[in-house]
Amino acid sequence: MTIGLSHYLTVGAILFTLGIFGIFLNRKNVIVILMSIELILLAVNINLVAFSAFLGDIVGQVYALIVLTVAAAEAAIGLAILVVFYRIRGSIAVEDINLMKG
Amino acid sequence: MYQAIVFLPLIGCLIAAAIALFGARMRYPGGEPPAGAENHAFDHGPHHRAPAAAGGGVIQASHIEAESFEPAAIGSKAAELITTGLLLVSALLSWVAFVYVGYYGHDARVPLYTWIAAGELRVDWALRIDGLTAVMLVVVNSVSALVHLYSIGYMREDPYRPRFFGYLSFFTFAMLMLVTADNFVQMFFGWEGVGLASYLLIGFWYLRPAANAAAIKAFLVNRIGDFGFALGIFAVFALTGAVGFETVFASAKSLVGQTIHILGRNYDALTVTCLLLFMGAMGKSAQFLLHTWLPDAMEGPTPVSALIHAATMVTAGVFMVARLSPLFELAPTALAFVTFIGATTAFFAATVGLVQNDIKRVVAYSTCSQLGYMFVAMGVGAYSIGMFHLFTHAAFKALLFLGSGSVITAMHHEQDMRKMGGLKNKIPFTYWMMVIGTLALTGFPFTAGYFSKDAIIEAAGSATGAVAEYAFWLTVIAAALTSFYSWRLVFMTFHGKTRADHHTYAHAHESPLTMLVPLAALALGAIVLGFVFGEVFTRDHGVEAFFRESLFSASGNKILEEMHHLPLWVGWIPTVMMAAGFLVAYWFYIVNPALPAALARQNELLYRFLLNKWYFDELYDFVFVRPAKRLGRFLWKQGDGWLIDGFGPDGVSARVIDVTQRAVRLQTGYLYHYAFVMLIGVAALITWFLMRGIVG
Repeated sequence: MTIGLSHYLTVGAILFTLGIFGIFLNRKNVIVILMSIELILLAVNINLVAFSAFLGDIVGQVYALIVLTVAAAEAAIGLAILVVFYRIRGSIAVEDINLMKG
Repeated sequence: MYQAIVFLPLIGCLIAAAIALFGARMRYPGGEPPAGAENHAFDHGPHHRAPAAAGGGVIQASHIEAESFEPAAIGSKAAELITTGLLLVSALLSWVAFVYVGYYGHDARVPLYTWIAAGELRVDWALRIDGLTAVMLVVVNSVSALVHLYSIGYMREDPYRPRFFGYLSFFTFAMLMLVTADNFVQMFFGWEGVGLASYLLIGFWYLRPAANAAAIKAFLVNRIGDFGFALGIFAVFALTGAVGFETVFASAKSLVGQTIHILGRNYDALTVTCLLLFMGAMGKSAQFLLHTWLPDAMEGPTPVSALIHAATMVTAGVFMVARLSPLFELAPTALAFVTFIGATTAFFAATVGLVQNDIKRVVAYSTCSQLGYMFVAMGVGAYSIGMFHLFTHAAFKALLFLGSGSVITAMHHEQDMRKMGGLKNKIPFTYWMMVIGTLALTGFPFTAGYFSKDAIIEAAGSATGAVAEYAFWLTVIAAALTSFYSWRLVFMTFHGKTRADHHTYAHAHESPLTMLVPLAALALGAIVLGFVFGEVFTRDHGVEAFFRESLFSASGNKILEEMHHLPLWVGWIPTVMMAAGFLVAYWFYIVNPALPAALARQNELLYRFLLNKWYFDELYDFVFVRPAKRLGRFLWKQGDGWLIDGFGPDGVSARVIDVTQRAVRLQTGYLYHYAFVMLIGVAALITWFLMRGIVG
């Protein structure tokens, strides 16, 4: 069995779905949400790289690198916010974060 | 001169008002009264029972010596002196005018301004001075001046004197506008002005609930009468196209026999108009059916009762009928109605007066009864005699009221006659003044009432017809009742052993000079007015010379002449009745004081009936007040609350809130819910684009 495009895409889709469900079904804490977002971005990267290899177009891989950078920055900022948030509220449980409740 | 007579009280009123306002500002710079301010109402309130619930503790301490908690407003003295001084000038000028107009025959019409000029309607401010007005000017200004003077003494502890004197002067001005009116509209202006003044003065101690209720009652009952009066004025304008007295009276003759179309039927125009106008008179003069406000009006300060609710304002109805005699004289049915109502009132009020225990209420019912007499005179066509009784009644009834006020002051604001007695030696001057007033009221020979009241009874006796017969007998009976209750008042108050508590009795004292001088002046009037002016008011040639055109008599009206050709017994019967009433009262309250109570026990039902004023208040409460309240409640709860609010503003807002509440519940505040919604949105968008791509 050769590993083809569709396998990569399947892996990407699975990762993406995991990420999505990680956000929705997660009732633990905000770090898991951040990790899920990373997961979604990775899924996107796999898609980009797979299509880049498949189409022979280097732009996809360049784009994947940009996404990685953004993801790193985003993770940094997200964690920073999380730390500050924990200092203020004393909790990072998702259940407790409902200030916008109507 | 006439401008001065009418407008001096207005000037006084404005000055007093300015002082009152200025004083109020000085007193409460922040606009808020200090905590103790409400005490003033209880200090001088004659009814200490009424506010008992509101101010229990204060009342015990509020004797004369306990002086008010509040100093009088700055300038009180000035306000008193200015208003009283101006009124005295006005009163003197009135007497000059009286002689000038009445005896020298100089009628005058003083135009002031044009008030309304709209199409056909033209209303002027003008002073109409003729015999009738001259009499009223003298009555109003003299009594008012004396009451002003008396009030200086009576109200000496009240901190709100400038306001009081302002109201009194305002009343006088409004009354003068009424009596000098040259047209219906100006008369109505004065009519409403005195109504307002009456309301303000009854409710002068506005912190007492009873006074407020009485003021509102007086105002409302008068509105019923005024409604009729206003309709009458409209009818006059509709029939003649004018509201000026000259024009209307000139065209009155042409109205005889005309009909007016109301609700699909035709009625005699003049009769309807006169009945409507008389409805106004019934309200203002507290006649039977609309009388209920007058006894309650006694909640006001006593000088007010004397001035407004005895001598002047309540006689406005009588004056109005006399002034409109050219109309009434042509409407015999309306006149019969006037007679009927007058006679009924005279009798009814006298019976109620028999059993009242409040000194002021006895006098109030007496007033009501005497006003009935005046209307009887008007009704049988003896206008000048009605005016004569108005004239003399003003003197002796004001005297009786001011005397009662003096008694009340002496008794530390006790008004219940059952708690008086034996005051003869304590306040001899007041006693003698009250006796003179009583003699005049009951018609003791050669006092004022003897001439005027007996003349009314004679006039009723000489008129023909069933109504006149009815009026004659009722007024005769009422004369006996009048004598009885008047002497009952004197005996219960001044004679016998005292029933007052020891402290009050020991401290009973004569009133200050400012209160005694008006009493003396009025007593003089009560004695001499009758024989001095009897000629002018009751003899036909005298009337002819004095009143001239101001009183109109139809050609067939010979009542003043016929009066003197009556059988002898008719002339004597009022005097006999007076003596009988006196003797019965003497027997009941001096010889055998236990008798009245025994009699009341024997005739429990009758006694209750009279004591409760024929149950008129209860009847009206049942027939009018409660249904009105029920209707109001229904409209409030169902009409306004349920229908309009339920489906209008409240309903709409409730629906909006329902919707938003649901929208609010969507906002859980959980991050993953928002994220989920976003995802759904993205998915939906993508699906839409894809599907469109496929289909399109």
